Amino acid sequence: MSQSAAEPIEPILTRNFGRPDSHTLTAYRETGGYTGWAKALALEPAAITDAVKRSNLRGLGGAGFPTGTKWSFVPKGHAGPIYLVINADEGEPGTVKDRYLLERDPHALIEGMLIAARAIGSRLAFVYVRGEYVAPWRRFSAAVREAYDAGYLGRGLDVVVHRGAGAYICGEETGLISSLEGRKGWPKLKPPFPAIKGAFGAPTIVNNVETICQVPHIVNRGPEWFAALGTQTQGGTRLYSVSGRVRRSGVYEASVGVTLRQLIYEHAGGVTGNGRLKAVVPGGASAAILRADEIDVTMDVDGLRNAGTMAGSAGVIVMDETVSIPDALRVVARFYAHESCGQCTPCRETTGWIYRMTERIVEGRGRKEDLDTILDVARRGTGTTICAFYDGAVGPYISYIEKFRAEFEALIPHA
Amino acid sequence: MTPSRPQFTPEQQAEVRRLQGLYPDPQGALLPVLHLAQDVFGYISEEVEEYVAGLFGLAPAHVHEVVTFYTMYFREPKGRHIVSVCHNLSCHLAGAPGILDHLRRRLGIEPGGTTDDGRVTLLAVECLCACEMAPMLQVDDRYEGNLTPETVDRLIDQLQ
Ligand SMILES: Cc1cc2nc3c(=O)[nH]c(=O)nc-3n(C[C@H](O)[C@H](O)[C@H](O)COP(=O)(O)O)c2cc1C
Ligand code: FES
Repeated sequence: MSQSAAEPIEPILTRNFGRPDSHTLTAYRETGGYTGWAKALALEPAAITDAVKRSNLRGLGGAGFPTGTKWSFVPKGHAGPIYLVINADEGEPGTVKDRYLLERDPHALIEGMLIAARAIGSRLAFVYVRGEYVAPWRRFSAAVREAYDAGYLGRGLDVVVHRGAGAYICGEETGLISSLEGRKGWPKLKPPFPAIKGAFGAPTIVNNVETICQVPHIVNRGPEWFAALGTQTQGGTRLYSVSGRVRRSGVYEASVGVTLRQLIYEHAGGVTGNGRLKAVVPGGASAAILRADEIDVTMDVDGLRNAGTMAGSAGVIVMDETVSIPDALRVVARFYAHESCGQCTPCRETTGWIYRMTERIVEGRGRKEDLDTILDVARRGTGTTICAFYDGAVGPYISYIEKFRAEFEALIPHA
Repeated sequence: MTPSRPQFTPEQQAEVRRLQGLYPDPQGALLPVLHLAQDVFGYISEEVEEYVAGLFGLAPAHVHEVVTFYTMYFREPKGRHIVSVCHNLSCHLAGAPGILDHLRRRLGIEPGGTTDDGRVTLLAVECLCACEMAPMLQVDDRYEGNLTPETVDRLIDQLQ
């Protein structure tokens, strides 16, 4: 790690969050807005992609894929249209950060889009905002109009703001593309990857809101600066959404190398309930759960992967000792059962089945074999589906039961 | 109320054409046009599905498939206000079950139901991604958080 993650860092993504007018073009310009874009205009597209590669920026939507590498997958010299699609379909339980960025720093997203579009050769970009985000959608749309009026947009890049209609699966990038095309949000088999054949059949780069908001700073202050804010394999800061049983829930910006312990006890002010930590989900509901003795981990993609879970969307959900883990799993299993899109058999069938098993366990009607059935069914389905939704569901199914098995067994008669 | 044969005004039709023109394939505008149709007609009946299908040259079955896939399109008349209580994990940990129970009693309906006077439709929904203000709900376009039974009562009182 090039910098001690314990040291508070200068706010980057959140630097303007405190200003009541932070969403306006005037405020954005006063704090250096659109200067990254001015610099990017003097750079060759390939040089922008190269800078993003050297910054070690990794996708902040969930998968953690290196952003510059993704951009370089767009076929060179492609003759037809190339699209940039911004994933603002924020839906991962525990995650709230993109809402903050859309509402409080919409021009950062627009500036990042201008730079990204130049890098990949796109002249038309879509921003897919989750349907329930009405206020963020209005806020962002107003910023887009300002950017048109000021001449940033409409001279080489057009932006279409698109509203979803309620479906978690549309956050998955190929489900999102299906939805953008006017269909139900069924994910598509990869390959072809969107960078080769994506929205409307054209090469498409899908990036998360927060990922793209980082880009102006990388161009402005240099990839080395950005890389040094993080760990060896991931640069920068990110926004952690912290909720559940903590004193101060909210959005906190910190290095990707911050530890989970620091987030819970320093940023979020410690645990409520009975004050003693029992478990924590580090990266949105789909990340495997960690026990209280597993929180001395760094929050970067590789740090959490080595801990057997994932950084995901950095949604941190904290549970104190009074929380029932079987009940928490029931709530999470209900979510996956509700949101499965129904395309792949293992996901469609088992998300409902597993929910029913967790429900009867919590209600004291569990059967002796239920826990092993859940584990067996979950493992068999892993890796068999078109998209990663099901693997995301399996994370909690397996980890909650394996790490807190006694608590489940205590609820099952004759277990 | 949906008239037996739904029809957009000329201005609304122009808006449909504008939306269709934003996408490389006009079908991209299907979700936005369905939002518009729901605003205008109140809900998406089969007749509205057929009408919208006609605007896109799509099979009504395709539009039906889309409408039924997403949670925000209503296929039956809904209340004048939609109150959606989040019941996912962070809200659950912060007391969402109690908030829902309070609303059940206060409104005399179960999630999915509408009050007899047509004032409120109550829903229990998955994470609205405002977990930092749990327990929370959405009332029409607005997010309201850090709920207590008292603040919920005040919110309901304000709905006409
Ligand atoms: C079930 C599922 C839900 C997802 N939801 C989101 C989401 O809400 N927002 C998001 O940016 N990425 C989401 N993703 C990840 C996207 O598929 C994709 O990796 C991401 O948008 C790419 O952008 P990034 O590289 O900038 O992170 C989801 C993935 C899966 C499998
Ligand atoms: S769990 Fe309720 S808003 Fe996220």
